[in-house]
Amino acid sequence: MKRNKHLLSGTFLLTAPYIVWMIIFILIPLGVVVFYALTDSVTGMFTLGNLSKVFTGAFPKVFGRSVWYSLVASAICLLIGYPVAYFIARQKPSTQRILYMLVMLPMCMSFLLRTLAWVGILRDTGILNTLLGKIGIGPLHLIRTNGAVILGMVYNYLPYMIMPLYTVIMKIDPLLIEAAEDLGCSSRHVFTKVVLPLSLPGIISGVTMVFVPAVSTFYISQKLGSTSTTMIGDVIESQFKSANNPNLGAALSLVLMVLIFICVGIMNRFAGKDNEGGVVV
Amino acid sequence: MKRLNKIYTVLIFMFLYLPMLVLIVASFNTGKDITDFEGFTFRQYSALFRDRTLLTLLWHSLEVAVLSSLIATVMGTAAAVGIHRMRPRLRSLVLTVTNIPMTNPDIVTGVSLSLLFVFMGVLLRNNTILGFWTLLIAHVTFNLPYVILNIMPKLSQMDPALQEAALDLGCTPFQAFRKVTIHEIMPGIISGAIMAFTMSLDDFVISYFVYGPSYVTLPVEIYNYTKKPLQPKIYALFALLFALILLMMVLMNLLQARSERKKNLQHTAHAI
Repeated sequence: MKRNKHLLSGTFLLTAPYIVWMIIFILIPLGVVVFYALTDSVTGMFTLGNLSKVFTGAFPKVFGRSVWYSLVASAICLLIGYPVAYFIARQKPSTQRILYMLVMLPMCMSFLLRTLAWVGILRDTGILNTLLGKIGIGPLHLIRTNGAVILGMVYNYLPYMIMPLYTVIMKIDPLLIEAAEDLGCSSRHVFTKVVLPLSLPGIISGVTMVFVPAVSTFYISQKLGSTSTTMIGDVIESQFKSANNPNLGAALSLVLMVLIFICVGIMNRFAGKDNEGGVVV
Repeated sequence: MKRLNKIYTVLIFMFLYLPMLVLIVASFNTGKDITDFEGFTFRQYSALFRDRTLLTLLWHSLEVAVLSSLIATVMGTAAAVGIHRMRPRLRSLVLTVTNIPMTNPDIVTGVSLSLLFVFMGVLLRNNTILGFWTLLIAHVTFNLPYVILNIMPKLSQMDPALQEAALDLGCTPFQAFRKVTIHEIMPGIISGAIMAFTMSLDDFVISYFVYGPSYVTLPVEIYNYTKKPLQPKIYALFALLFALILLMMVLMNLLQARSERKKNLQHTAHAI
């Protein structure tokens, strides 16, 4: 009895600093976002004006574009990342470790500079156009297009797709595949009936890990896109850093948060209840 | 098919590494442009080491990364042990809140903290509140979930009898933690700390919203630099950091391989 009491008070002491921290720096800031979103920037009075602005003018289009680009980028990441993850998971353990490290390394390097390097590759006088010029294909207009923005997203977030996919594929028991083959499955059926369903949690968590940062990005579209590819992250950033309207910025952030919450919820619903929202990597 | 997949994987890795190669090549360029290679030089590197401001920025980044990952690791380890002992309902509530900074996009976390600090600044009548402390607080906040989520699985894998045995043998709860629990969850603590450190070192988005002119970190200043034509010594800095991180990863890889080989040897010894 005494020991239990000891343990309980111990639990309280151990967790208390974290709980306090969490309330002050996670929950209250979200409350402050709601507060700013619902107050007028000049008078400081309660208003729904900021929120209604979000749903009028150019903003709904920008939201739609952000969601669309990130969905396309997530789909491309999944398509090109899956075979890579599969390949890595089928190597011997020492090779697996090296390849996994090589996937992780770009994530540790400045994403600003890596995106900037793409400007050097894609621009009209850049590396790609110089190479194309040598084989007689005239300079193509590659940068400042929506394709360039999506390419930038795929490039930046591909490792976030490969990692969770690799983690689940690696855990698939090779005996299951053998059993399916013995029972007469063609290699295509082995893939669609065994490997793919078993990698679903990895797919869901990979798509989430690409979609969430992609939909809210604000640097990629500034560097690789044009004014017609402005994304919601750019708009939020400008409200805080140049337009100086934190109230509108807060309203946009609030809507973005709810939007992502809904998107991720729908994705998890696709995965079915038994997956409990995929794996955390 | 296998061969095809190998070629394909090599191509994807080339895609991932091409921009970094471009930056590293640019660091040896005599010219100023990122892609017009005019000639080979080490000049950018010597310019980098003479540049006090860049080295100061790098130092700031390291300072924030070390301090924030350290604080987050200590606070997060204690919290994880506590959360593990909670009743299931309370535990899932706390874990849900812990997950918020991970599922929320960085820009929303950054905006929310920046608004909190601005709000506090108004209350305290202090308009220079943004700086070292706000950066540190923000970094600790987004590092904590990584630490906790790395340690929680290790705690549930641990045999509860171990701790009970320690208590039965006369340990105080704190001694039991120090002598038993901490050894069992060490791998989780280490991987959580490493993850927190790298996340913090490379963070741009959240830092960008909570930094002040009195204390700037490297990624934030790189963003401000990229609005103007970039000085080539930044490429030199990138190349050096690339080499450093590669070296660290190779070392970690070797250590891991060695410990695994040892484990295998022990297994075979047992079998005999």
